[in-house]
Amino acid sequence: MDTIEKGLLEKVADLHDIPEGAYNIRANGALGGRHTTANIDIVSKKDKPGIDIIIKPNTKNESVHIPVIITKTGLDDLVYNDFYIGENADVTIIAGCGIHNTGDKKSSHDGIHTFHVGKNAKIKYVERHYGKGEGTGENIMNPTTVIEIDDGGYMEMETTQIKGIDSTIRVTTAKLGNESKLVIRESLMTHGKQYAKTDFTVDLNGEDSSANVISRSVAKEESYQVFYSNINGNNKCAGHTECDAIIMDKARVSAIPEITANHIDASLIHEAAIGKIAGEQLMKLMTLGLTEQEAEEQIVNGFLK
Amino acid sequence: MLELKNVSFKVMGEDGEKEILKNINLKLDDTFVAITGPNGGGKSTLAKVIAGIYPVTDGQILFDGVDITNMSITERAKLGVSFAFQQPVRFKGLTVRDLITLAAGKELSVSEACTYLSEVGLCARDYVDREINASLSGGELKRIEIAMIMARGTKLSVFDEPEAGIDLWSFNNLIRVFEKMHENTNGSIIIISHQEKILDIADKIVVIANGEIKGFGGKDEILPELLRRGNAGFGCVKL
Repeated sequence: MDTIEKGLLEKVADLHDIPEGAYNIRANGALGGRHTTANIDIVSKKDKPGIDIIIKPNTKNESVHIPVIITKTGLDDLVYNDFYIGENADVTIIAGCGIHNTGDKKSSHDGIHTFHVGKNAKIKYVERHYGKGEGTGENIMNPTTVIEIDDGGYMEMETTQIKGIDSTIRVTTAKLGNESKLVIRESLMTHGKQYAKTDFTVDLNGEDSSANVISRSVAKEESYQVFYSNINGNNKCAGHTECDAIIMDKARVSAIPEITANHIDASLIHEAAIGKIAGEQLMKLMTLGLTEQEAEEQIVNGFLK
Repeated sequence: MLELKNVSFKVMGEDGEKEILKNINLKLDDTFVAITGPNGGGKSTLAKVIAGIYPVTDGQILFDGVDITNMSITERAKLGVSFAFQQPVRFKGLTVRDLITLAAGKELSVSEACTYLSEVGLCARDYVDREINASLSGGELKRIEIAMIMARGTKLSVFDEPEAGIDLWSFNNLIRVFEKMHENTNGSIIIISHQEKILDIADKIVVIANGEIKGFGGKDEILPELLRRGNAGFGCVKL
């Protein structure tokens, strides 16, 4: 791996080198390395690009890294990854895509991730998107996440896009079984003329299922963000969606939360707030000796943390 | 030492120009100075003018002989001026530890950050990783605000009504915090307050009403007169 690829790997997966445990590295549309363990198998798909990640029931405290790195200009990468998480497993999955586009053609990565979370399984899914490049070619990422959680299952999804992605449409759909739970935390920052659309749809189908969808975003310069969140309460369930955005410069943000109760015992809440950084916040940090710009950075970093 | 020379502050209101501070002249070189007076008299404005939050309309401010009149909030902070807000600001995402670290201007260990919190009566372990958001009560925020000023340890600390929004139990602890600060500080403390107990621990008291200084002297000289008139009497001083 060269230094550019290593740099991307660090940004999207906190990895300084080849990870411990199971991993599958996809570099410029091809396999860049793979390792499986006794409990976690990774198999290439036969009919389309992508992999199946199969985690045996009762697998505990293991992790899977599946980073994607693109350093070629003009590459359109499409990948289907299916995760089968066995009953009672407790694992962490770290995905992420980094594009370093130095050319003048657009590079894109569209990852379609499907999670089948088994009964009473628990997973933490961390996904980071990052783009870089001195060229004029656009960096485009359109991740789709499809989640199905069986009875008693739990999934926590952390999705972060902090820099360098010119256009993204992020679609996540989830269907929850009895007593299952989904927590999604999105952190997003756009700048320049970037466009980011987030679209969450959660169907709370099971009795006593619950979902908490939280998005925090910062839109800078002339960027534009649209946030859709749609929670359907189809049983006795609890759902909460929250979008909190800071706008700066000439940026624009639309937040469109939607909750639908199709059952008398569905309890659903939505919250959305958009605003600029409060003058008082800047002033407080300036009284601690920070410049206005340093204060702004601290507030933004803290907000997205 | 802080010196204000002919300081005025005017704002444009609906009824035209309004003078909030009128030709203030003050020389403060004592360790602990309390500024008191009726609501709307100009106390908080004066504190904000010292911190650089409001620019003066006329006059000059000297801090240890340096003219800080045209300095920004940041420049004054770097020179050694701290300011505790009357209504502390909330930050989503930033933790108590983040702010104490920023105040100290250097990386702090958890135990160092905790020392400041313990000083203001907060059980540090419970607070250090909490976000400065709506989950903290007004009283908790006030104490964290004071802990930040302690962490800065600057030559001048200005507190704008630290007792506002604090319950009685906390208030008694707050007095002890200021007594201790009075004993240990190497710098000067200016505290805007209505509270007799705070005025009672001050070296000097400044009385401000209607944008003007109505009294300045030792507490033995000023406090009995204030108490004789009663707090309510501030607003209708017969001259």
